[in-house]
Amino acid sequence: MDSFAGRKNIIRVLIVLIGLIYIIRLFILQVVDSSYKLTASNNVLRYETQYPARGLIFDRNGNLLVFNQAAYDIMVNPMQLDAFDTTEFCSILEITKEYIDENIKSAKEYSLYKPSIFLKQVSSVTYARFQEVMFKFPGFFVQPRTLRKYTYENAAHVIGYVGEVNDKIIESNTYYNQGDYIGISGIEQSYEDYLRGKKGVNIYLVDVHNRIKGSYNNGKFDVKAEVGANVISTIDINLQKYGEKLMQNKSGSIVAIEPSTGEILALVSAPGYNPELLVGRARAKNYNDLNIDSLKPLFNRAVMAQYPPGSTFKIMNALVGQKEKVLNPYTTYSCSGAYFAGRFRLGCHSHSSPLNLPQSIQISCNTYYCNVFRSILDNRNYPSVRDAYESWRNHVVSFGFGKALNSDLINELNGLIPTKEYYDKVYRTENWKSLNIISLAIGQGELGTTPLQMANMTATIANRGYYYIPHIVKEIEGDFNLDARFYKRNYTSIDSVYFEPVIKGMELAVNGEAGSGSTARTAQIQNIIVCGKTGTAQNPHGEDHSIFIAFAPKDNPQIAISVYIENGGFGGTWAAPLARLMIEKYLNDSISQPYWEEYILNSDLITKNAKKSQHLE
Amino acid sequence: MQRRANIWNNIDWTTVFIYLLLVLLGWINIYAAVYNEDHQSIFDFSQRYGKQMIWIFAAFLLILVVFTIDIRYYTFFAYFIYGVMIFILLAVLIFGKEVHGAKSWFEIGNIRIQPSEFAKIATALALARYLSSFNVQINSFKSYLRIGLILFLPAFLILLQNDTGSALVYFAFALVLFREGLSGSVFLLGILIVILFILALVLEKITLIAIAVIVALIVFWILTRKFKQFAMAVLIFVFSSAMFWGIDYFLGLKILKYYIILLAIALSSIIYVYLAFKHKIKHVFILILFLFGSIMFAFSVDYVFHQILEHHQQKRINTLLGLESDPLGIGYNVNQSKIAIGSGGFSGKGFLRGTQTKFDFVPEQSTDFIFCTIGEEWGFMGTFFVTSLFIALLLRLVYIAERQKSSFSRMYGYGVVAVLFFHIIINIGMTIGLMPVIGIPLPFFSYGGSSLWAFTILLFILLRLDANRLETVK
Ligand SMILES: [Zn+2]
Repeated sequence: MDSFAGRKNIIRVLIVLIGLIYIIRLFILQVVDSSYKLTASNNVLRYETQYPARGLIFDRNGNLLVFNQAAYDIMVNPMQLDAFDTTEFCSILEITKEYIDENIKSAKEYSLYKPSIFLKQVSSVTYARFQEVMFKFPGFFVQPRTLRKYTYENAAHVIGYVGEVNDKIIESNTYYNQGDYIGISGIEQSYEDYLRGKKGVNIYLVDVHNRIKGSYNNGKFDVKAEVGANVISTIDINLQKYGEKLMQNKSGSIVAIEPSTGEILALVSAPGYNPELLVGRARAKNYNDLNIDSLKPLFNRAVMAQYPPGSTFKIMNALVGQKEKVLNPYTTYSCSGAYFAGRFRLGCHSHSSPLNLPQSIQISCNTYYCNVFRSILDNRNYPSVRDAYESWRNHVVSFGFGKALNSDLINELNGLIPTKEYYDKVYRTENWKSLNIISLAIGQGELGTTPLQMANMTATIANRGYYYIPHIVKEIEGDFNLDARFYKRNYTSIDSVYFEPVIKGMELAVNGEAGSGSTARTAQIQNIIVCGKTGTAQNPHGEDHSIFIAFAPKDNPQIAISVYIENGGFGGTWAAPLARLMIEKYLNDSISQPYWEEYILNSDLITKNAKKSQHLE
Repeated sequence: MQRRANIWNNIDWTTVFIYLLLVLLGWINIYAAVYNEDHQSIFDFSQRYGKQMIWIFAAFLLILVVFTIDIRYYTFFAYFIYGVMIFILLAVLIFGKEVHGAKSWFEIGNIRIQPSEFAKIATALALARYLSSFNVQINSFKSYLRIGLILFLPAFLILLQNDTGSALVYFAFALVLFREGLSGSVFLLGILIVILFILALVLEKITLIAIAVIVALIVFWILTRKFKQFAMAVLIFVFSSAMFWGIDYFLGLKILKYYIILLAIALSSIIYVYLAFKHKIKHVFILILFLFGSIMFAFSVDYVFHQILEHHQQKRINTLLGLESDPLGIGYNVNQSKIAIGSGGFSGKGFLRGTQTKFDFVPEQSTDFIFCTIGEEWGFMGTFFVTSLFIALLLRLVYIAERQKSSFSRMYGYGVVAVLFFHIIINIGMTIGLMPVIGIPLPFFSYGGSSLWAFTILLFILLRLDANRLETVK
C-alpha cells in the first residue's frame, strides 16, 4: 500500500545535507573568514548615508530648467547625545533652549538609534561656524542636502516640486528615511526613480568615544552613491514662457503637442505660480497661501479640469458620420437658423444655406450636426439606437477620450463619454431616442474632456488618424529608455481618407474670406495655413469658456494646440487669437501682427469677471 | 478519564521539549535585539519582548485548545477549515490593512493578525485529507489538477496581498507529494520549468536558445552513447547556422542573430527528424519536442514579464532574483546581516553585547533577521546549536510522521515538515547570503504573534494526532 516509504530516507538525507551545508557556511563566516571581525576597541560601526545630487532637468533645446543648490541640515542621533554647553550651541545656530528640548524629544520619539533632522537648511555661513565646534556637541552632525533651484519662473506645473517624505511613504517604501526628499508632482514625481539616483552608504569604525577610526574593512561593504539621471523635457521653455505671459490675468490652459511624436511643447495652466515658492523654509507657508487662493493656482487645469468640448466636437461627428457611411463630403443640409424636430428646437446663427461638409465646419452650423448625429444614431445597420450609440462611443474613445491618456503627467483625469448603460439609467428605458441626446451633436451635454485630450485629438487630426501618447519627457540621460508606450502609434478607428474633408473645413474656418462666415479668422497667420475650430463650453456658473483647437501648417504639421480661456465667451474672441500667437511664436519665433499680442496681453478677464459677478450680486 | 490520561502519556515529549527550547531562545534573542537601557524590565509590554511574552503564553493556551479537540474533527472538517481560510484570505484583500506594502493584515484594536500564516495549516490539512481519500490515485491528471488547485488558491490570494514570500511557501508542499509517490518525471518537469523561468529572465534570448540546443545535444549523447550520431547532429546544426548566417551576410539582410539561430534550429530539426525516421534512432522526437517546448516557454515568460507585468511587479521579481541591485534595500540588508553574524566569531560577543544587531543596523532584526542576533551574541556556538536543534526537530517530525498508522496523519505530518523546512532554509539562508531575501519568519523564533501561533497550532495538531496514533482512525 505504501510503496514509496523508501523516499523517507531521501527526505532525511536532504534535511541533514542542507543542515550541514548551512553549518559549514556559518563556520566559514564566523570562524574562518577574518574580514568580519571587529576589535574590542573599535567595536561600533557608523553608517553614514551618502546623498547623491538629484538629476537636472532641461528643456527640449538644452536650456537648464532645474538645478541644485547645497543646503545643510543639522541632524541629531539621540543615542549618542551627551551633556553639552547649550548657550554656545544656541548662539551659533540662533535657536532657543526650548527649541532644543522640543526637537530632541521628537527625535527620540521617532527613533533612539536613527538620526533625525534637528534644524533644517541652515546657511553655509552657519554651517561653517558649526562645523568648527561640532566636536563639542556629541550626537549632532551635519547632513548636506540639495535644494532645487529654478532658472525660470515658469513651467511650475510641468516640473512639479520636491518635498520631504511623509510617514506614509516611509512606511511603504524602504528606500526613504525621515528627512529624505521626494518628487511630489510633475516631472519630479513621475521621474522620481531616475532623478533621485541611488543613496550610498559609508561604514566607519568608531571607538568608544564616538570618534571615527577609519573605514570599515577598507570600504569593502560601502555602497557608492549614484548621481541622479538628468531628464530632458519635451517642452520648449521659450514657448512655455510666452504662453504663460499671454495667459496673465486669465484663467484657463494651453496644451501644445508636436503631432509627429506626441511630445508636449508647452503646457500652461493659468493662473500658475513661481516654482521658487515651494522650496526652502518658507515652503509650508507659501503652499498654504497657494492652496487657499480662490483661483486655484496649484490646480493643473490642463489635465485636471474637464469641460464639455463644445463645437470643436463637430469634427468628431463629421469623422464618425463618414466612417459609418451616413455622411460624405458632398452631403448638404439646409439651415434656417435653427434645428427643428417636432416641437424641439436647437438654435443656430444666421448664415448661407445649404452647406456641405467642409462648409459646415467652416461656419460651425448646429443644424448640420444635429442631422449628422441623428443619422449616425438612427442608422438602420444597427438593431437599435443603443447599439449605434455604442459604436459612436467606440470611435470617440479610440481618440483617447473617456479615459486618462496614460501620459507621464500626474493626476490626469479620465474625462467622460457616457456609456449606453448610463443613458438607460437616465431615461429609465433601453429605448431612448437619438433626439434625447442630441446635445452631443454639438459637443454639449454630459461630455467631459480635458484640455490635454483635446490637444491630443487635434494632433490626431493633424496626423490624419493616429496619435502618440502625449508626454512631457523626451529623454532620460544615461542607460535609461523612455517607456515603450510613448513610441507606439495608436490608430483611431477612423481611416485617414475621412480626415481630408474635415481638415479642409478647419482650413476654411481660419482662412475663409471675410464675410464668408468663417468662425476663426482671428487665428489667421500670413504665409502659414492654420487649420482650426472654435468651441464654446457651456458654463452654468458664469460666462461660457472660450475654446480653440488648431494645428499648423496644414501639410506636415509641426504643432497641434488646444486653448481654453475660462469665462472667455465665444472661442473666436480670445482663444483663437491666443492660439494664433503661440503657433506663430513656435514656427517663426516672431510675431507678424503685434496688435494681436497687445490685444491679448492687455485683456484682464479675471478682474472683469470678478466685477461682473459683484455686479450680479 | 482513562482516555484523557492516555493522551498525555502518549504525547511526544521530545518534540515538546525542542519546541519549548526554541520558543525560549527566540524570546531571549528578541529581548536582546530590541534591548535598550530605558526599558529593561522584561514585563515592559510596550516593548516587543514584553508583547512576545504575552503571545507565548497565549500560544500555550492554544496548545491546550488543540489538545481538547477530538482528532476526528481535523479530518472531518479539513475541507471546511480550508474553505473558511480561503474566504478569510479574500476578506483580507478587501478589508485588510497594508503594512510595509503588503495588504495581509487584519487590525482588531491593537492586535494585528496575519491570516496568511494560518492558511498554511488549513492547506496542510486539506492536502492530507485529499491525498488520503481512499479512491485517490496520486499520479492521474485529475489529482494533479485538484492538488494544484488546493495549493494554488491560497498561494494566489497571498500573492495578491503583495506578500510574495508567504506565497512561495506553498512550493514546499512538493515534499509531501514526493513522499506520497508523485511521479519522478513530474518533479523533473517542475524543476525544468523553474530553471527555465529563472533563465528566461536572467539570460539574453540568444544565450538561452544556445544553452537549450547544447543541453539537448548533450542529453542526446548521454542517451545514445553513439559518438558518430552525436557528431553528425552537431555538424548538421553548425552547418545550418553557417548557411543562414552566410545568406544573411551576402544578401545584406541584417537579420537579428536569434532569428538566424531559430531558423537553423528549425532546419536542423527537420533533418534530424528525417534521419531519425530513416535510421530508427530513438529519443530524437521527444528531444526536439522538449527543445521547442522550452524555447516557447522561455519566450512566453519573457513576453509576460515585459509586456504584461507592471513595473513594480517586474521590480519585485528582479530584486528577488538579484538582478536589480538595491544598495540601501535588500542587498544592503544581506551585507549588514553577514557583518553581524560574522562579527560574532566563535563564541560570540555575549548576551546583550551585540553592536550590529542593535541600533537598527540590521533591519527587521526581531522578525525576519532574528538569526543575526544569535550569530552576533552567541557566535558559532549559538548558530550551531540552533541549527542543530532545527535539524533535530525536522528529523523527529519525519520519524513521527512515519510512525502514523493513518495515512491522513502521516501526510499532515509531512506537511508540517515541509512548511517548517522551507521557512528554516529560506530564513537562515538569507541571513548568511545563501538564499534570496524572501521575508518569511524563522519558526518559533521570530517576533510576531501570528507566526508563533500558526506554527504552534501547526505543530501541535500533529502531536495531537500522534498521541492518538494507536487508536486507528480511518
Ligand atoms: Zn446653421
